[in-house]
Amino acid sequence: MNPRIVAIFSLLMMVVASFASLDLNLSAFFEPDAMSSMGRFVSEFLHPDLQSVFLYKVFLASLETIAMSALSTLIAAFLGLLIAFKARGVRPLLNILRSVPELVWASLLLIAVGLGPFAGTLALALHTTGVLGRLYLEAIENQTEGPAFALSAAGASPAQVFFFARLPQALPQLVSYTVYRWENNIRAAAVLGVVGEGGLGQMLSFHLGLFQMNKAATVIAATLILVTLVDSVSDRIRRYLG
Amino acid sequence: MNTARSDFRAPQYDPALRGRVIALSILVLAVWKMSQLTEFDWIGLIHAFSDPAPRAFLLSFFPPAHSIVFLKLAILETWRTVAIATCGLFIAGLVGFPVAIVLTRVLSLSAIGKTIEASSWISRGMRGVLRSSMIFLRSVPELIWALLLVRVVGLGPTAGVLAIAITYSGMLGKVYAEIFESVDQAPILSLLNQGGSRLQSFAFGLLPQCSDELISYTVYRWECAVRSSVILGFVGAGGLGQQMDLSMKMFAGNEVCTLLLMFVILVSFADWMSKTLRKVWA
Repeated sequence: MNPRIVAIFSLLMMVVASFASLDLNLSAFFEPDAMSSMGRFVSEFLHPDLQSVFLYKVFLASLETIAMSALSTLIAAFLGLLIAFKARGVRPLLNILRSVPELVWASLLLIAVGLGPFAGTLALALHTTGVLGRLYLEAIENQTEGPAFALSAAGASPAQVFFFARLPQALPQLVSYTVYRWENNIRAAAVLGVVGEGGLGQMLSFHLGLFQMNKAATVIAATLILVTLVDSVSDRIRRYLG
Repeated sequence: MNTARSDFRAPQYDPALRGRVIALSILVLAVWKMSQLTEFDWIGLIHAFSDPAPRAFLLSFFPPAHSIVFLKLAILETWRTVAIATCGLFIAGLVGFPVAIVLTRVLSLSAIGKTIEASSWISRGMRGVLRSSMIFLRSVPELIWALLLVRVVGLGPTAGVLAIAITYSGMLGKVYAEIFESVDQAPILSLLNQGGSRLQSFAFGLLPQCSDELISYTVYRWECAVRSSVILGFVGAGGLGQQMDLSMKMFAGNEVCTLLLMFVILVSFADWMSKTLRKVWA
């Protein structure tokens, strides 16, 4: 039998089974009640809170989000370098770090270190270490051996070989990966707050919880602006690095 | 005798020293400032896991919860997570596919016989509006959509399905349109010029060229939707994430451990399935 037909058929079966097994109430979305509350949300959304006091708060939260994402990326980059330099047997550990999403790490860490941006930064750092560690390892393993071999043949120590041959050779690629992850982390940091980890996300879930839609609208707008800004900055850097 | 040569001595210091010192000090300053902003407590890090409460929580991870009742619940929630992703993506496809057809400039009827740039300004304007609304739907993270929707339709899988449907319809609409525009335009234009309707030209001139790519991209997005749907549970949108959130709030480490394992299995299963399916269409 044609494997494509089998695949299509099983995919369709899965869609049918999914719709059948979930107690979905999609019509709730279109009920007059939901529609009117949506309408109220939307009308409040169109009037974002632009008082300077509130805007300043949003600005501070944005700074916190930027700091969370940047610091966690730096920590992860440092750990990733350590891994790439020394510890090659840690791939399984990296896979675990990578496969647990930031938000799950964050809510686990809540118990250990409490609410606030600290737990969020740690959570981002853990997940990113898994990702960057693997990318760094691969970048360094896949480079040409020439310079490293030349240095070690001239009697350089492993550390010297790493810092003067392997690292400079892979650096543009490593920086490019790191900047790309930073871009991802700022998105993640913006939503991590939802479980109480500070930054824009925490403000958002706070104001949504109080149904202050006009404030929530400002926070969402700030998130979008921040993400777009970081996107274009990171795009420039990566294009510059080639 | 060649005295000049023996005078030469290799530098005994790092030739790149200055640059490295400057870069390092900027880095240290930045890390210090950011640690302040994020209340990052480098010393507290050591204490964090030696305090009795977190340590007890970590120790309670082993052995993982394995009672029949809980395993049944975990498997049910895992299936619900997959189902939320599947339903959400299906609805997203239902929305994104027609939007992409409308967005595709090659199929523009008002551009027949002219270049694409010469199509009527109304159709160009409409496409612009539609494209930017797709980009907007996609750039608000699904977690924020879920937070909003939980307040509209209540707790449970409906909010999760809708959140995935909204985010991914933006994504699919935009990317499908990009795929449609990347194919060879000659067959489409000749069908249009012979008097074929927009849908006929699409179905017989465009779709056959890129159906494999469409399916393989959609399957890849399904894999992403499965990951998202776990996360959405944390704001009350049902599935594995919601159960994990509950177990964490009850400090039931052994349950959290089981659910984490289920999650890792689920993600690698989705990974494997998406790889296998994409190979069928490779």
